Amino acid sequence: MAAADTDRRRIRGGVGEAVPHDSAHLHVAGEATYTDDIIEPRGLLHLAVGMSSKAHARVRRLDLDAVRASPGVVDVMTAADIPGENNCGPVVHDDPILAPGLVEYAGQALFAVAARTYEQARRAARLAVVEYEELEAVLDPLTALAKGSFVLPSETLARGDSRAAIDAAPRRLAGRTRVGGQDHFYLEGQVAMAVPREGGDLYVHSSTQHPGEVQLLVARAIGREAKDVVVECRRMGGGFGGKESQPALIACIAALMAQRSGLPCKLRLDRDDDMLMTGKRHDFVIDYEVGFDDTGRIEGIEFMFAARCGMSADLSGAINDRTMFHCDNAYYLPNVTIVSHRCKTNTVSNTAFRGFGGPQGMYAIEYVIDEIARTLGRDPLDVRRRNFYGTGERDVTPYLQKLEDNVLDEIVDELATTADYAARREEIRLYNASSPVLKRGIALTPVKFGISFTATHLNQAGALVNVYTDGTVHLNHGGTEMGQGLFTKVAQVVAEELSIDLDRIKITASDTSKVPNASATAASAGSDLNGKAAQAAARKIRKRLVRFAARHFGVARDDVRFERNRLRVNGQLIPWEELVRLAWFNRVALSATGYYRTPRINYDRKTFSGRPFFYFAYGAAVSEVIVDTLTGEHRLLRVDILHDCGASLNPAIDLGQVEGGFVQGAGWLTSEELCWSERGELTTHAPSTYKIPTSSDLAPDFRVRMLESGRNREKTIYRSKAVGEPPLMLALSVFHAIRDALSDGRGRPALHAPATPEAVLLAATGGGHD
Amino acid sequence: MAAVDTTAEGAGTVRFVLDGEIVELHDVDPNRTLLQWLRDDLRRTGTKEGCAEGDCGACTVVVGELDRDDSTIRLRAVNSCIRFLATLDGKELITVESLRDADGSLHPVQQALVENHGSQCGFCTPGFVMSLLALFKNADRPGRIEIDDALAGNLCRCTGYRPIVAAATRMYQLADPADADWLRRPGRPGEAPPADRLERLRSIAREQATCVGSGDHRLYAPRDAGELATLLAAHPSALLLAGGTDAALQVTKQLREFETIIYTGNVAELLCIENGPDGIEIGAAVTLADAVPVIVGHYPELEELFLRFASPPIRNAATLGGNVANASPIGDSMPALLVLDCELSLQGAAGTRVLPLAEFYLGYRKTALQPGEFLRSIRIPARSAGDLVKSYKVSKRFDQDISAVCGAFRLRFSGDRVTEARVAYGGMAATPARALDCESALAGAVFDEAAVEQAMQALARDYEPISDMRASAAYRMRIAANLLRRLYLEYSGNAAVGVYAHGRG
Ligand SMILES: Cc1cc2nc3c(=O)[nH]c(=O)nc-3n(C[C@H](O)[C@H](O)[C@H](O)COP(=O)(O)OP(=O)(O)OC[C@H]3O[C@@H](n4cnc5c(N)ncnc54)[C@H](O)[C@@H]3O)c2cc1C
Ligand code: FES
Ligand code: FES
Repeated sequence: MAAADTDRRRIRGGVGEAVPHDSAHLHVAGEATYTDDIIEPRGLLHLAVGMSSKAHARVRRLDLDAVRASPGVVDVMTAADIPGENNCGPVVHDDPILAPGLVEYAGQALFAVAARTYEQARRAARLAVVEYEELEAVLDPLTALAKGSFVLPSETLARGDSRAAIDAAPRRLAGRTRVGGQDHFYLEGQVAMAVPREGGDLYVHSSTQHPGEVQLLVARAIGREAKDVVVECRRMGGGFGGKESQPALIACIAALMAQRSGLPCKLRLDRDDDMLMTGKRHDFVIDYEVGFDDTGRIEGIEFMFAARCGMSADLSGAINDRTMFHCDNAYYLPNVTIVSHRCKTNTVSNTAFRGFGGPQGMYAIEYVIDEIARTLGRDPLDVRRRNFYGTGERDVTPYLQKLEDNVLDEIVDELATTADYAARREEIRLYNASSPVLKRGIALTPVKFGISFTATHLNQAGALVNVYTDGTVHLNHGGTEMGQGLFTKVAQVVAEELSIDLDRIKITASDTSKVPNASATAASAGSDLNGKAAQAAARKIRKRLVRFAARHFGVARDDVRFERNRLRVNGQLIPWEELVRLAWFNRVALSATGYYRTPRINYDRKTFSGRPFFYFAYGAAVSEVIVDTLTGEHRLLRVDILHDCGASLNPAIDLGQVEGGFVQGAGWLTSEELCWSERGELTTHAPSTYKIPTSSDLAPDFRVRMLESGRNREKTIYRSKAVGEPPLMLALSVFHAIRDALSDGRGRPALHAPATPEAVLLAATGGGHD
Repeated sequence: MAAVDTTAEGAGTVRFVLDGEIVELHDVDPNRTLLQWLRDDLRRTGTKEGCAEGDCGACTVVVGELDRDDSTIRLRAVNSCIRFLATLDGKELITVESLRDADGSLHPVQQALVENHGSQCGFCTPGFVMSLLALFKNADRPGRIEIDDALAGNLCRCTGYRPIVAAATRMYQLADPADADWLRRPGRPGEAPPADRLERLRSIAREQATCVGSGDHRLYAPRDAGELATLLAAHPSALLLAGGTDAALQVTKQLREFETIIYTGNVAELLCIENGPDGIEIGAAVTLADAVPVIVGHYPELEELFLRFASPPIRNAATLGGNVANASPIGDSMPALLVLDCELSLQGAAGTRVLPLAEFYLGYRKTALQPGEFLRSIRIPARSAGDLVKSYKVSKRFDQDISAVCGAFRLRFSGDRVTEARVAYGGMAATPARALDCESALAGAVFDEAAVEQAMQALARDYEPISDMRASAAYRMRIAANLLRRLYLEYSGNAAVGVYAHGRG
């Protein structure tokens, strides 16, 4: 077939095409509607939340008279007013919507107030008079560990005899490192609007990654059932995991007040309130002991992870499991013991954040590898390579999943070459030798990230495809759009399956009444799951159309072929709209649901073994930094990334995920620092004090490429690979480049994350060892 | 002195131009922000709220105003979340919704963002569009540093910025320099705006002091310093409002409601810049955007400091006077102004007096301003040839961050001997303050390794810094001393210092 012919037949916006985000035109025009932009229904009340100022206390008296008397106030609600279950915890029911008399973190919701305007509600919420009886507060993971304060039981994952292997190893090293938490800082804060419907039903607009869970928790809180509540979300202004479980609190409060008042109610958190009230990435204290040989190869290793989970379980169980599953990263650990403590602290309950515990696990092993290399005086890249998983040997993870798709060597070899790693390392050595104040450093770190929810039952999805008689298509699925381009990718899949141009497909809001029981859009699995479900739905329709056409035109099914926006039946061409109209006229069903469950996964949580992940995503990055040893300030100079997106559904969107994830990870490991006062109050609760990267933090030389041979060995949707979370961890190269600069070929700098200028200066001058 | 009604029972209106129409608003509460008005009243929800404190840029809009010459229009990005609606009087407002053509086609700025995949969740995007629009109209093919600076006040959590930076170049390629629509033509310095646009702005210009308000809340906008003094005498507890980049946060964050606000932004004397051979006199209401080029003209060494002072939208509103009068211990201009031996001119009902800046700060957020007195201008002496002048800011992030420590230095030499030393820091004490012990350690000494060592040690006698979320006391002390070393190394050329110049531009 001639090339021109192929082009003509190729649909616009099919799989693999770098089409813009489906809402890009709306974004730039300010016309994309976010939850707070929805035209407000008549009578809308605005809500605000009164928060605890104590980290741990019994509420002796909650005097809300002044709140009620404040201008514009319509209603005030406390825990006692909740008709159903006072819980918004997703797994364990230990997360009160409104504190029932015991407060367990500073910032916890005590009461809600409804007023005519947003400002009136916020002003009123500050007028409560609260008397507390303060209780002893546990404010950090180590204290929790010492006191045995946990939200969930501790877990252990072991393979081989790590103790014996460490003892027998020629070299040993032990130490402690810490890695900080991270606020999501989605640009759109948490928001929900609940609108009463007839018979006490509620329609809830929620900025959420998990509408189905909001639906269930709202129903329980208002004392009703799932069928009485519909939750919708067209888009979020960023999620990153921060809108996986946290929106339930916001939506429940809005729903409860809407139920009480019979009026639409909106709760939108101010930025400070959002940062005080909602969970973040877990910070960890990590102890390690490792035995290795003179080449740096690990023979035995033990990790102790103590995570700050905050005051409730939230998703901490699965998050810490993932930490355990990722503290091998790219390395074969023959004898290993991993102990994970889920510490209960009187701070906000920590939650999902891009990587979901994985980044902290990978931070741990990369830290150890770097320490080994610096102890031996070897290039850390050599030690990394020494420990890489093999193919055919040394290829079984601590949880006994065999690596079947290992491309680590391929990626790292290619990247080390294209990034000119060896030559630059030498050049940097020379530079540093003649530069007493400024030091440069370089590091290459790999990423291997397991794809699938570790809770096997969550790996399922549904979709709905409706074809209308004019040939246009309405697409719906259980995934949510938070900027990651999921809606675009899934629509591309449907366009491909139906052989029609993308612009004929309308992407619609996630809606619990269209596709029920959807899992959270999380674990990077959005397009894997929903793409497959939508494909299944589209294929049903396509099959029906083929069958119909064959019958209708009296030809064999093989003689019916889909081309761009039309059907070829023998020699005859039937435009798609005409085909659809004919089918409808002949009573062919033009709507279908699709369903998908991920194959080949199984996993026994009791033994921490099995095949929790369908496949792995891989990538690697080289970062180079310059550090000022007088102040600790540092800058990223150059970044080279090679990432495996499989056969990308949309290279432009995937590139955006890689770049954005990397920068977000760099923020986590450098400038983003969460601070608490001695009384357990978060002191960094606004962008004035909590610093995410800005455009000048971007490396002036930033080179990102996708692995060209990328193609998923598993039968994922068009052999693509998940790309939401893995790139975040490429930023470990930034952290290790800073360590490299500080070490300047000598010694092990005591630098932990985040590497703020202060932390860097401390490490530069030999302080900071834990 | 012009008569000014200090009681102003009958509040007037707020008038400004929006999309070619003159908007006239009655009963404007002086505490109402532009963002609240846009989203809640006008239902223009393209402009977003991400923080309500000027730090994220989601609320960025562009404000146009007649330039001093009355024949050009300056377009400037500002944060609508901390801009009081009432201060828009006489201006032109451009929001993201203003950019679409009648036929629905996108503006080159918007088109460039789409082409480069510059939006993911899209929530930050309207703000970036407006910051890029300001860049598009004010700069011709900017380089990377200029682009980064233009975007310094806009946070994006999704994209990692690379595609947005790319769009800042691409937008010029997409633009048609002959486009009939002035907003769609890229900036050419000095280009006259369309006559009708100018005319509209002229038509709403005020000659007289104004008063707007609702209920018993009032905002007065006097036109001259005399009126200002009279008003301030009549309302001694009023909020004196300049750019509002500090004051407005008391409304959006502390939820205060001011009864009486007196706005300095129209006071002629306070808007003057006098640039003469023996120095610069900067009126207290001059924005940083206007003041900085003049200051940097005399002291090019201060360019990086002001580049790192907040972001363009903040600098477009914030005043140098507000920075000084605000008396924050971490204000960035003051260490430099202290070492330059600046003087303040303070005016009250009793007249005007001159006070050295070094005597202005009495304690934490406490100044020598008497009730009814206001800051009229800041006098910066001309540079003395041969002076070594530097100011270094250290913070967690390069752009738009508050200093952990900001140090400023001025050394005068005779040969290699220091004859006069000025050293001042922000972030080291309850006020920005000179380091007198350190200064005397340097004065008279040969500026060498030993002298620097002495000076560094003297700092421990000058300051007792505190610990907070920005930095610990120990770190502050360390870097304050190390900045002196940096000064010496930079002076002596013995070693390369400072990381920010690397790989940029
Ligand atoms: C996002 C953000 C970033 C910032 N970054 C920086 C930074 O990097 N460095 C820094 O130093 N500051 C920073 N600031 C603080 C602030 O922008 C500056 O202090 C600014 O210079 C204040 O000027 P203004 O005109 O906005 O003052 P306003 O907010 O209008 O006033 C501030 C105070 O000064 C008083 N005042 C104003 N004018 C007079 C006068 N003529 N006479 C007497 N009193 C007067 C006011 O009554 C008020 O108390 C930042 C603020 C924000 C919101
Ligand atoms: S809303 Fe963040 S700067 Fe205005
Ligand atoms: S696109 Fe989401 S914050 Fe910028």
